[in-house]
Amino acid sequence: MFPLTEENKHVAQLLLNTGTCPRCIFRFCGVDFHVPYRLPYKELLHGLQKFLETEKDGLILEVLNPPPKKIRLQELEDGIDNPSQNGEARSSVIEDGSVASKNSNLNVCQKVETSGFEFTNLVFSVSFPAQISVREHAAWLLVKQEMGKQSMSLGRNYVVQLKEAYKWITHPLFSEELGVPIDGKSLFEVSVVFAHPETVEDCHFLGTICPDCFKPAKNKQSVFTRMAVMKALNKIKEEDFCKQFPCPPNSPKAVCTVLEIECAHGAVFVAGRYNKYSRNLPQTPWIIDGERKLESSVEELISDHLLTVFKAESFNFSSSGREDVDVRTLGNGRPFAIELVNPHRVHFTSEEIKELQQKINKSSDKIQVRDLQLVTREAIGHMKEGEEEKTKTYSALIWTNKAIQKEDIEFLNGVKDLKIDQKTPLRVLHRRPLAVRSRVIHSMETHYVDEHHFRLYLKTQAGTYIKEFVHGDFGRTNPNIGSLMNLTADILELDVESVDVDWPPSLDD
Amino acid sequence: MATEPVPAEPAVPSLVDRYFTRWYKADLKGKPCEDHCILQHSNRICVITLAESHPVLKSGKTIKSISYQISTNCSRLQNKVSGKFKRGAQFLTELAPLCKIYCSDGEEYTISSCVRGRLMEVNENILHKPSILQEKPSTEGYIAVVLPKFEESKSITEGLLTQKQYEELMEKRSNGTASTS
Repeated sequence: MFPLTEENKHVAQLLLNTGTCPRCIFRFCGVDFHVPYRLPYKELLHGLQKFLETEKDGLILEVLNPPPKKIRLQELEDGIDNPSQNGEARSSVIEDGSVASKNSNLNVCQKVETSGFEFTNLVFSVSFPAQISVREHAAWLLVKQEMGKQSMSLGRNYVVQLKEAYKWITHPLFSEELGVPIDGKSLFEVSVVFAHPETVEDCHFLGTICPDCFKPAKNKQSVFTRMAVMKALNKIKEEDFCKQFPCPPNSPKAVCTVLEIECAHGAVFVAGRYNKYSRNLPQTPWIIDGERKLESSVEELISDHLLTVFKAESFNFSSSGREDVDVRTLGNGRPFAIELVNPHRVHFTSEEIKELQQKINKSSDKIQVRDLQLVTREAIGHMKEGEEEKTKTYSALIWTNKAIQKEDIEFLNGVKDLKIDQKTPLRVLHRRPLAVRSRVIHSMETHYVDEHHFRLYLKTQAGTYIKEFVHGDFGRTNPNIGSLMNLTADILELDVESVDVDWPPSLDD
Repeated sequence: MATEPVPAEPAVPSLVDRYFTRWYKADLKGKPCEDHCILQHSNRICVITLAESHPVLKSGKTIKSISYQISTNCSRLQNKVSGKFKRGAQFLTELAPLCKIYCSDGEEYTISSCVRGRLMEVNENILHKPSILQEKPSTEGYIAVVLPKFEESKSITEGLLTQKQYEELMEKRSNGTASTS
């Protein structure tokens, strides 16, 4: 059934006379169900003519005047091309719903297929040149005027947006060609940017009339952004607009060209816990003035494998706190999460993830990974919560300047919830604000080694500087082991025994 | 009394040995033996301390009081530093006074910065217990912490003596004294 009704006749005739294509006529008549838009051009034109009972004149008018850009855009997108409407002989195959060889629709599918992404759905975003809004505005003013003659008003929301209609037509085509559904929530995004160089200057007059809508351009980008043009169109008075721009718009000679087709997949997250067995390994690459000071890093040893397998562009590594280069991480390890940016492969079974974990563990004895699993972006919050709120336990090998006996360290075992004040340690003061931090040493346990050594196990509040608690950092951490024992103490070795965060969920191996 | 207890075994490098380089400024402002020791951390932060040879650390001296009020308008205690970039810090030049030490024998000594940079903090512990300065001049008894400009991290030590040069100077002094007596 033809989607237009009697009251649309005047507007439809008017638009057809100016060379507007049937689909755009539907748009301006508020046709908001999808099926009509998908029909082939010829069929629509024929139906329209019958509806209007147009004379031959109408047809001739159309053929003589090269149609506006809108038609071309629609034609191009659907692969439906009418040679008689173009001056040039364009030998495209015209077929209902299929995609012609010189068609941008096909180009998009090709790009997607060759880009090497793994996906089960996609979201499609399209960007039209800014000047389309200007031409749309001109057509809208024309239609509004005509409807005004019939005492009807035309609301802005009545007209179907070009982008919407475009998607109604192309989504099923893409879906079919690529074999997956279109889903607005999909992480895999295909974006197409159109340009029309011929009419680029169509919006420039707006810059003169409404200069405050246009902010200075960043880099080399044009100041005539879609947002800015829309803003100006909302501002400008109808009379002023019509003085500057023809209503209806002139017909361009060429069609829109595809400027850019980009495929990108939203980030995926992998979490786990790591153990660190080296006393010579930094968390992140240690590079000063372009020179690497220490080979490798925790994040690289884990992430490099993930980058390869997920075929990602880059990664962001974060963990629930961190340890110094010379500190080991024992026990269950420290929770970490890695964001893999623009991954090309995203579907993995838990078996495959287990294999990946084994691969990482085989490749290095400096670190080991457990509980490796895919997680959501929201889950990262659990990890950072751990950094600030949860307790940690440590073991330290302590040296004393004075000779000590077993009895001398006994008292430390009974110390519970000791409050200490730590000024920002000198060793990090160059990059941290100067402040005093109150922290709690929840409990301690001592193991005597010899007259100048003992092992101290401690459970502390998150954010406690252990080394400074032992040697006192020039008296800037108080109390400290030295002050408690009335001697000079130093720390020879430090290990993280546990990070008391119960995330990510542990997996049975 | 001026030096810290010596470890009872092959020396475990101390905290200072491990992270700091010792630099010296001798005879500050021409005053004989008023030597300072600047401990520079590998991250460029400088801790200003008294060198072992400073008169205040000579046995027999008692410190009456220490004051950070270096002029009518300026007290180092008022130094306030905020943020990662340490804004608001008092800027020090090499000869900027940090504090005055008053001894019971009437002698008065001014301690100077020796390095250019932002003053991070002065040691308030020695205000309450001046003897710490004499017991542990290289650690708990420090005078102040200064953060040099990043670009100047290396150049600030150009006017200072290395550990070796300082030791040579000490030897020369003791020989000099011996020869005049």
